[in-house]
Amino acid sequence: MPIETVFEGKVKYIQVIDKDGNADEKLDPKLPKDLLLRMYITMVVTRMFDDKALKLQRQGRIYTYPPCLGQEAAQIGSIAALNEEDWFFPSYREHGGYLWRGTEMKWMFVYLMGSELGMKIPEGKHNFLVSIPIATQTLHAVGAAWAAKILNHKVATMVYFGDGATSEGDFHEAMNFAGVFKTPTVFLNQNNQWAISVPRKKQTAAKTIAQKALAYGFEGVQVDGNDVLAVYRATKEAIDKAHRGEGPTLIEALTYRMSHHTTADDWTKYRDSAEVEQWKERDPVKRFRIYLERNGYWNEDLEKKTVERATSEIEKAIEEAESMKLDNPEDVFMYTYSKMPPHLVEQMNELMEYLKNKS
Amino acid sequence: MPKMNLVEAINATLFQEMELNDKIVVMGEDVGVDGGVFRVTEGLIKKFGEQRVIDTPLAESGIIGAAIGMAIYGLKPVTEIQFEGFIFPAYEQIVSHIARIRTRSHGSYKCPIVLRSPYGGGVRALEHHSEAPETLYAHVPGLTVVIPSSPYDAKGLLSNALQAEDPVIFFEPKRIYRAFKEEVPEERYTIPFGQAKIVQEGHDVTIITYGAMVRVSMEAAELLKEKNISCEIVDLRTVSPIDTETIISSVRKTGRCVVVHEAPRNLGIGAEISARINEKALLDLKAPVKRVTAYDVVTPLPKLEDFHFPNAEKIINAVNYVMGF
Repeated sequence: MPIETVFEGKVKYIQVIDKDGNADEKLDPKLPKDLLLRMYITMVVTRMFDDKALKLQRQGRIYTYPPCLGQEAAQIGSIAALNEEDWFFPSYREHGGYLWRGTEMKWMFVYLMGSELGMKIPEGKHNFLVSIPIATQTLHAVGAAWAAKILNHKVATMVYFGDGATSEGDFHEAMNFAGVFKTPTVFLNQNNQWAISVPRKKQTAAKTIAQKALAYGFEGVQVDGNDVLAVYRATKEAIDKAHRGEGPTLIEALTYRMSHHTTADDWTKYRDSAEVEQWKERDPVKRFRIYLERNGYWNEDLEKKTVERATSEIEKAIEEAESMKLDNPEDVFMYTYSKMPPHLVEQMNELMEYLKNKS
Repeated sequence: MPKMNLVEAINATLFQEMELNDKIVVMGEDVGVDGGVFRVTEGLIKKFGEQRVIDTPLAESGIIGAAIGMAIYGLKPVTEIQFEGFIFPAYEQIVSHIARIRTRSHGSYKCPIVLRSPYGGGVRALEHHSEAPETLYAHVPGLTVVIPSSPYDAKGLLSNALQAEDPVIFFEPKRIYRAFKEEVPEERYTIPFGQAKIVQEGHDVTIITYGAMVRVSMEAAELLKEKNISCEIVDLRTVSPIDTETIISSVRKTGRCVVVHEAPRNLGIGAEISARINEKALLDLKAPVKRVTAYDVVTPLPKLEDFHFPNAEKIINAVNYVMGF
């Protein structure tokens, strides 16, 4: 046969709860109530944290902030599928991920108030740092997963990145390394449709981002990223597969960045409010709440109590963060090397001398 | 004591350290079966297996970026980038992550990668194979940049790098990979970073240099001796951090200084050394600090290469200049 098809690929799309809150009986992972409630509460708290952070920035109390409004299901649905010993490699918008992994809110505020102290990771917590250079963290997650594999640990890593990141070379190299060495890595793409002002269709001519996995020799799956159960289902499968030693998975969670890229951005300049309105109807938090209420797990009273408790937690965290002394001048020099080299000692003394004699 | 050239000394150090520390993994293009294009990793895969000696896909950012994840997880990756001119795809990972993970995490994460790469000119190579880019790394806070000048030093410095908690860029001057042999002890020893070596003592002029230029400077000093000019040669060994103390005490003694390096002059290590001497020993100087360096041009192909790099004669001219000032 002179011509034959040598490759054909398929990408599945999964949705469990539709936009009106109706769950597909067969696909519903039927998670235990306490897990469902922890997921929902974290989504509510994430949204409240997000809203508060935006306001604090407008009041000049924190610096630039990248909001995650609208992406709560993509973040919590995926992070909830991770075991404690698995590793979390965020981009810079995964506030929900950090909250789920037990990062105290006060440290998140400390970072946003402009101190590296907020990114000090408690010993033994398998969370990595915020990563601002786009897609670079995908390689870190592959390397950590690879190390786990070399050391025979049953540990997986999950890395978050956006649709814009899939245009970067590092994303390609990470996917390629993961495929070749079959590393236990889950690539969690939050396709939120916009990389600042550039729409998804200008990042790639491919129909889906998920299909890119096929070219690297592993599975890619697309999910409704505003459906927390669909995201959970796909991620849990991918994590289990990684733990079994069956290699990486790419998950494309279709979601939407409801707010600005950061507080320094204004989305009205480049997108239609009609589009934003349309996505409002697919709100991830509202949808999940309907599901929980229908199962008899949630009601208005519980909602009220949750909001009240979160409000006071957030206020307390801000108060604690704002009362910390974060401007110790020695800290400028303390963490560059494990042992301070002489030229830095000299420069530190120079600064201290200057501060001492400053009028 | 066995005599080794630079390649053999580095190879022996890798063997020794990998035996002592099972967290060390060596990774890069052709480092496994082929033993590296300069054979620096020869035999490692046979001894330690392909889990620890990894032939990677051809992707420098991939190699370095994945090594970061490994280091975070607790391994000690030694990455080889085949030539110094090919590190640039990974420059973002080096500058934006490796160098600053400790700072960004307030010390909760470290990134103790050793990045090895053949370095420098003088071997009649292709384009991008004869570069001296140390300033680009020495300028980055958080990095340590090592350039050994001899097999003995290479072992001690690499051994130190393999036990260090901070990332190290380890440039191996390819011009002297096989140029000479010297005695290298079999037992483990380390040479600390930021400690220059006085290669030879002298009283008329201090020649500050490192890497392959140490030998060239020694050749010049030998010829100058015949003219009764006594040169003190200081081998920096690490260009970040720089051993200011040794430089200053030598210059205070001689009152004259020539800096020699095969990197371009503009903002090179020589500029930094000159500035430090100005700040700390200005009144001890009998002449301006003179630099003998490559020129501020793209490294020429072999036909013009010899014009470009420092040689003994150029160094002698510079020494004569500071002596006659």
